[in-house]
Amino acid sequence: MSQSPACPRIGVYVCHCGMNIAKQVAVEAVTEFAARLPGVAVARHYKFMCSDPGQELIQQDIKESGLERVVVASCSPLLHEATFRKACAAGGLNPFCFQMANIREQVAWVTADKGRATSKAKALIAAAVERVSRAQPLERKRLAVGDKVVIVGGGIAGIHAALTIADAGKKVYLVEREPTIGGHMAKFDKTFPTLDCAACILTPKMSSVKNHPNIELMSYSEVEKVEGFAGNFKITIQKKPRYVHEELCVGCGECVDACVFPKAKFPSEFDEGLALRKPVYMPFPQATPAVVVIDPNTCLQLTKGKCKQKCVEACQRGAIDLKQEPEQVEVEAAAVIVATGFKTFDPRGLPQYGYGRYGNVYTSLEVERMVNASGPTGGEVVLKDGAKPRSVAIIHCVGSRDKKTHPWCSRVCCMYSLKLAHLVKERSGADVFSFYIDMRTPGKGYEEFYDRLLEEGVHFIRGRVSHITDWAMTKAEEGKLVVSAEDSLIGVTRRIPVDMVILSVGLEPQPDAQEVRKKFNISCSQEGWFLERHPKLAPVATFTDGVWIAGACQGPKDIPDTVAQAGAAASEALALIDKGYVEIEPNTAEVDPEACSGCKTCLGMCPYHAIRRDEEKGVAVVNEALCKGCGTCVAACPSGAISQHMFTDDEIYQELEGILSYV
Amino acid sequence: MSEQVPVGQPPDWEPRIVAFFCNWCTYTASDLAGVSRMTYAPNTRVIRVMCSGRIDPQFVLMALRQGADGVLIGGCHPGDCHYQEGNYKCLRRFAMLKHYLAAMGIDDPRVRLEWIAASEGDKVQRVTNDMVQRIKQLGPLKLEPVCQPGCRAMAGDQPSVGNRAVAADI
Ligand SMILES: Cc1cc2nc3c(=O)[nH]c(=O)nc-3n(C[C@H](O)[C@H](O)[C@H](O)COP(=O)(O)OP(=O)(O)OC[C@H]3O[C@@H](n4cnc5c(N)ncnc54)[C@H](O)[C@@H]3O)c2cc1C
Ligand code: FES
Repeated sequence: MSQSPACPRIGVYVCHCGMNIAKQVAVEAVTEFAARLPGVAVARHYKFMCSDPGQELIQQDIKESGLERVVVASCSPLLHEATFRKACAAGGLNPFCFQMANIREQVAWVTADKGRATSKAKALIAAAVERVSRAQPLERKRLAVGDKVVIVGGGIAGIHAALTIADAGKKVYLVEREPTIGGHMAKFDKTFPTLDCAACILTPKMSSVKNHPNIELMSYSEVEKVEGFAGNFKITIQKKPRYVHEELCVGCGECVDACVFPKAKFPSEFDEGLALRKPVYMPFPQATPAVVVIDPNTCLQLTKGKCKQKCVEACQRGAIDLKQEPEQVEVEAAAVIVATGFKTFDPRGLPQYGYGRYGNVYTSLEVERMVNASGPTGGEVVLKDGAKPRSVAIIHCVGSRDKKTHPWCSRVCCMYSLKLAHLVKERSGADVFSFYIDMRTPGKGYEEFYDRLLEEGVHFIRGRVSHITDWAMTKAEEGKLVVSAEDSLIGVTRRIPVDMVILSVGLEPQPDAQEVRKKFNISCSQEGWFLERHPKLAPVATFTDGVWIAGACQGPKDIPDTVAQAGAAASEALALIDKGYVEIEPNTAEVDPEACSGCKTCLGMCPYHAIRRDEEKGVAVVNEALCKGCGTCVAACPSGAISQHMFTDDEIYQELEGILSYV
Repeated sequence: MSEQVPVGQPPDWEPRIVAFFCNWCTYTASDLAGVSRMTYAPNTRVIRVMCSGRIDPQFVLMALRQGADGVLIGGCHPGDCHYQEGNYKCLRRFAMLKHYLAAMGIDDPRVRLEWIAASEGDKVQRVTNDMVQRIKQLGPLKLEPVCQPGCRAMAGDQPSVGNRAVAADI
């Protein structure tokens, strides 16, 4: 092993990661190579460096061989940098005297040829060794954190997270953009697989939200701006005018009766357009808050400026205010949970299914309203003409598992289709034909629910529906909707005439997911679902500290999984608050006053206004608490007077030299 | 594209490409490519920086001077930078750098800027393969590099600082 007096003593540890790395990279050869690099005092390879014995190896060598720098060649630093920094610290070494070489994600898993994988691993290790020789011991700064949480989206995810945090004694701002909380779940009559009544389990939670002393419910509101960082966010929320003073309204509905429109005339959003409402309305009887809202697009006073304003007269509490303006509120929060849910696929994108063309083709969400006892038909399943259907087809995977629409499986459609098959049969006695591709019922009690439906006499046909038409080819098809599909179990094409068709539409990201993502500085998957920090080990964290995600905004999921995520996000937010501080990565920038010419170039580079010019001394100064460590000012400084800790020019040039000098 | 080896180029020559990737998007994307087991040409070696805004044009020049045949810069898509606008700053510098490189006679495909989002593992694969192929067509970069494979004696050598002075003169 080579030693040079100028170099610190370096330990190199090459991980096999079971066979993950060792299968592609000749770990022994790499270790021998590492042992001969300048400064390397110890080089070892081990099966699992992240395991306890692996970490102890490092600690022991630090103590016994007096290591001053450590390199671990294993997986991505995004996965285990923290682990090994801790191991270094436990061995008595400053955790920043450490460098990782990513030879799993960026070598073993992506390189077909073993010889070349080994060479690449050597180059990356040489780079890490060269770089770590220039690493400086650093200290993490601690900042105190607040104790409030902002939750965005008041579906079951947001509601559950809010109650969990509020019950723990912390203040929550729950921001919901619709006039009421409840999300999709509030629209359902029953939930699979237990068929328990959705309202019975949801409405008590909704009223707890309203009445909880620690929850401030901000309905009909949206987040405008997010500033700050984990523990100390400053969030601007815009309250849209509902033209009703929330604190005065008691939801009596006198104004709705008094409205100059004698009859409801406009499609109700909550009822998926199956019922009508007036310009002043309550979305549904259990709406929370139980406050009416006035729709600016249909109210005569608000659109034309001319109306007798009977609603204003009718309200004895003077709650209606047609001059209400949007209001901005600024709140402080330690953590944010984004729970903005999903939207359903619009089947107009698949014209062969005739949605919008044939009156009796419905989406599943419309039928959810129809089967709801407090819905537009009082729970009856009826055709457009009011008659009961005698036969109903349910078509799975509409807008799912199809390269032309969405490639993903929406996870809940098979189950909710089974639920709807049961409810339709129960309410109308109709014959139900269920067209599926694969029946996907993984989940506790789900397969049993499928078995139950098989026994209830639903006809299951395995095959994708090619089209739906009202063009009759036989007498029996006249006046019916004909569903045409290949029955792939018996290998024939079938035409099945029915009265009603239900399209089991898939789940897709909210249309404004991109804007929301940007506001909170989080990422989206290619499909537009919010991206978790790690698909297995950090399913509700994001790449932005202090921001968590929960529920269907992260990907299609059912209510049990949504609630589990909401609980997880809540407890992680609580853990941050409980800890009381955040540690800042010491990768901040620093100005060398001797070299700074005071040109102010850097001031314009910093998006956080972390740099100011000390007018007395005529030099730039970085405020460490505001600096987030991007390094943009460093690259811009014409005098080379700014350096970024952990990413100094010296370290990067050294890494570069290591990469290119050996292999 | 033809697979023919240009005249005078050793048949087993493989280009070496230094990649500077931002931590939040492109580095994460290249981890994703790994997790998804997408194999691609092993010619790139990634240096992680927090943001593409940290990438000094000098890094690129130095990489070429030290023997890289190409440099790939990867950052978040416009509007997606974790630090709001570091990638715009990077883009500005890149445009300027391209002028220098052209003046120095360095072929265009050798230095490349790509926006690669955290979810675009496949783009890391595609861009890398494409870049390697283009550079293979161009052949080794002849800048009389200070460093070549094996140029450093393995034992007892001091890290050399001399190279840096040379590159700084470019
Ligand atoms: C037809 C159908 C039937 C289903 N049946 C069942 C069932 O029986 N059992 C079951 O377990 N699952 C069922 N599901 C799945 C279930 O709907 C989801 O699991 C659940 O609704 C996810 O809850 P969520 O809170 O994540 O999202 P959502 O319910 O979509 O709630 C999101 C909330 O966030 C609000 N929001 C969105 N964007 C913003 C913003 N930018 N600012 C503020 N607020 C915002 C929305 O207005 C909404 O209130 C069904 C789904 C469908 C489509
Ligand atoms: S963080 Fe990716 S470019 Fe700025």
